[in-house]
Amino acid sequence: MPYQRIKFYQTGSFAVGNRLLAQDQRSEQASPGRSNALTCGHRACQGCGEALGARYALDAVHRATGGKMIAVNATGCLEVFSTPFPETSWQVAWLHSLFGNAPAVASGVAAALKAMGRTDIRVVGQGGDGGTVDIGFACLSGLFERDDDVLYICYDNQAYMNTGVQRSGATPPAARTATTQAVGREPGNRFGQGKNVPLIAMAHEIPYVATATVADLRDLEYKAARAMDFRGARYLHILVPCPLGWGSAPADTVRVARLAAESGLFPVFEAEAGQVTSSTPIRRQVPVSDYLRLQARYAHLFKPEENTEVIGRIQAAADRNIRRFGLMSPANERGGSPAPATAISLGRAAP
Amino acid sequence: MLKQIEGSRAVAEAVAMCRPQVICAYPITPQTHIVEALSAMVKKDELAAEFLNVESEFAAMSVAIGASAAGARAYTATASQGLLYMSEAVWNAAGLGLPIVMTVANRAIGAPINIWNDHSDAMSQRDAGWLQLYAETSQEALDLHIQAFRIAEELSVPVMVCMDGFLLTHASERADVPEQAQVDAFLPRYEPRQVLDPAAPVSIGAMVGPEAFTEVRYLAYERMRQALGVITETAADFRAQFGRDSGGLVRPYLAEDADIVVVALGSTLGTLKDAVDELRGGGMKIGVLGITSFRPFPADAVREALPGRRVVVLERALAPGAGGIVTADVRAALNQPQDIATVIAGLGGRAITRKSLRAMLTAAAAGELGPLTFLDLDTALVDRELVRMRAARRSGPSAENLLRDLGITASRIG
Repeated sequence: MPYQRIKFYQTGSFAVGNRLLAQDQRSEQASPGRSNALTCGHRACQGCGEALGARYALDAVHRATGGKMIAVNATGCLEVFSTPFPETSWQVAWLHSLFGNAPAVASGVAAALKAMGRTDIRVVGQGGDGGTVDIGFACLSGLFERDDDVLYICYDNQAYMNTGVQRSGATPPAARTATTQAVGREPGNRFGQGKNVPLIAMAHEIPYVATATVADLRDLEYKAARAMDFRGARYLHILVPCPLGWGSAPADTVRVARLAAESGLFPVFEAEAGQVTSSTPIRRQVPVSDYLRLQARYAHLFKPEENTEVIGRIQAAADRNIRRFGLMSPANERGGSPAPATAISLGRAAP
Repeated sequence: MLKQIEGSRAVAEAVAMCRPQVICAYPITPQTHIVEALSAMVKKDELAAEFLNVESEFAAMSVAIGASAAGARAYTATASQGLLYMSEAVWNAAGLGLPIVMTVANRAIGAPINIWNDHSDAMSQRDAGWLQLYAETSQEALDLHIQAFRIAEELSVPVMVCMDGFLLTHASERADVPEQAQVDAFLPRYEPRQVLDPAAPVSIGAMVGPEAFTEVRYLAYERMRQALGVITETAADFRAQFGRDSGGLVRPYLAEDADIVVVALGSTLGTLKDAVDELRGGGMKIGVLGITSFRPFPADAVREALPGRRVVVLERALAPGAGGIVTADVRAALNQPQDIATVIAGLGGRAITRKSLRAMLTAAAAGELGPLTFLDLDTALVDRELVRMRAARRSGPSAENLLRDLGITASRIG
């Protein structure tokens, strides 16, 4: 799919007006013949970012593969809310095995297809952040290292939402979860070193790594489809706000995701063979407090009075992302100027 | 063709002739020779399969799950800690009804770490929903793998072929390695009952609540019940095709007129039969019942083979807090109260010698065998540690204390 550079913004949003685009450039979701890989009637919460992200991602893969795809799902919200039998929401061949093994099961499916001479059928593994960055991490790294022909998608809602909002390795600092409660001298999750799986994926030098959010669904569609242009291990990390776990309004899911990107907290980029090839520029930078304020998991940062020290540390992390990924440089945009892509360092930069 | 061949190599050749399409493995002693041989066959294009070197046993079984669900014949091998590490996926494979075949090169479980043979690993997965077939010889290990793929695929249930680590995997014995054409005639193409197919998409692995979980589990029980018949028929067909007895449910030896029958699994059976032969020469009426199929447990066949007999169950594993694992099943199989003694032997590779077996069986014949015996237990060594533990709270790590007491550095297996 050629990337659309002309931007027609709808009033009050940055969404591209679908009807202003040529037929072949419109969103797969605008197609009456779309696959609806994850169809309606599932039991996700109102405003679920994961359900939104999964439908767009898988429909884009479905279109890119002509429907020849198999999905392997880790245990988690997506698995549970989509399959209250007999009402499975999956319109694609779909397998769930365990919480921690989705990447390896996907490798097995890909190996079987190769052995049977059916490499025309493509494999997608998917799971939440717990299944990806924590319990499934060894299997994910193995998949990357072997360069098995699988696209693995992580729907990152930054905690174990399915079991009741417990902290995961992807939970950001200061966020309140059921196991990092907003109590004590340092309420919420501790400031750790973080576990940036997109960068870890890049360190494996796999063909394609990308991040996306449900705020920019055309970008998400593009990246899911783009991933299918490659063979070998590919990784797509999608930020999917969780109204239940984040304490945000269901109607604000897309807004919260947009603020995560526009504040710099969640850098949106793509990389090939270990090198960043594009990053989505911030169009209108916002302070991190704009993002934090919408979420009850950060309420302790604003009440009884504003915790400027902690908010400052979070802002510093966002600022560092902006520098590191060149998020204020339109030249780094995909299809942008011919200037070389941002060369980001995998090591920790000096503060 | 008759060959002098290492057990692992014999199994690798048998597995290759079964034409697995996906093989995945993670190294653990004493299973490694099998997958090393298979990896070489794949690399030399002698075997058309995908060979995946994975990052853990958990991944190995998970790859097998994905491959099997996609319609491929999948094989892996493991042992000991590896089997425990993949345990969650082992149960999952059975629950999903995927006919994976796995070799378990039986080895003890640590701590203390120990690479030698006993049956603790496979016994720990007793209730995982896999068939468990135990090989007595390298020949039978070879034969059981060929049968295992057929049984697994007919039932849509995974099968574990258990062979004693080192004793069978690393021993070079004479084995009749079949021709490819024979195996092809015996083992039909894999036709999956369920498959991931974009042309006819299904969801596999959905959550099942109380409304149907019992029924799903009942079907697992029912398939195991059917397996009793399928194992018997497969062994009969194997005999017709290959001309030798292998597999089946149980294997009695001089049990018909025996006063005492010893029940055992695996390679110990050879030594046991030699000991029985000697004692029979001295007039003692002792027989043997080898159990090939531990899961499903052939209760009817066991009962029929032990009518009113005194029974000794020779176990290569221990259920701490209970005693014998196989004993519990044997006891449940017998309708009437019978004299059953458990003998725990060969843990962590300690050799089960003919001499020790003779002494134990002589004691059994004289009615001097207690309900639970540890064969060749060094009681003085144990007692010293018990005294130490009573004397001081911080008595230190027991295993290391025992080794220090023994004062020998080389592994003693006898």
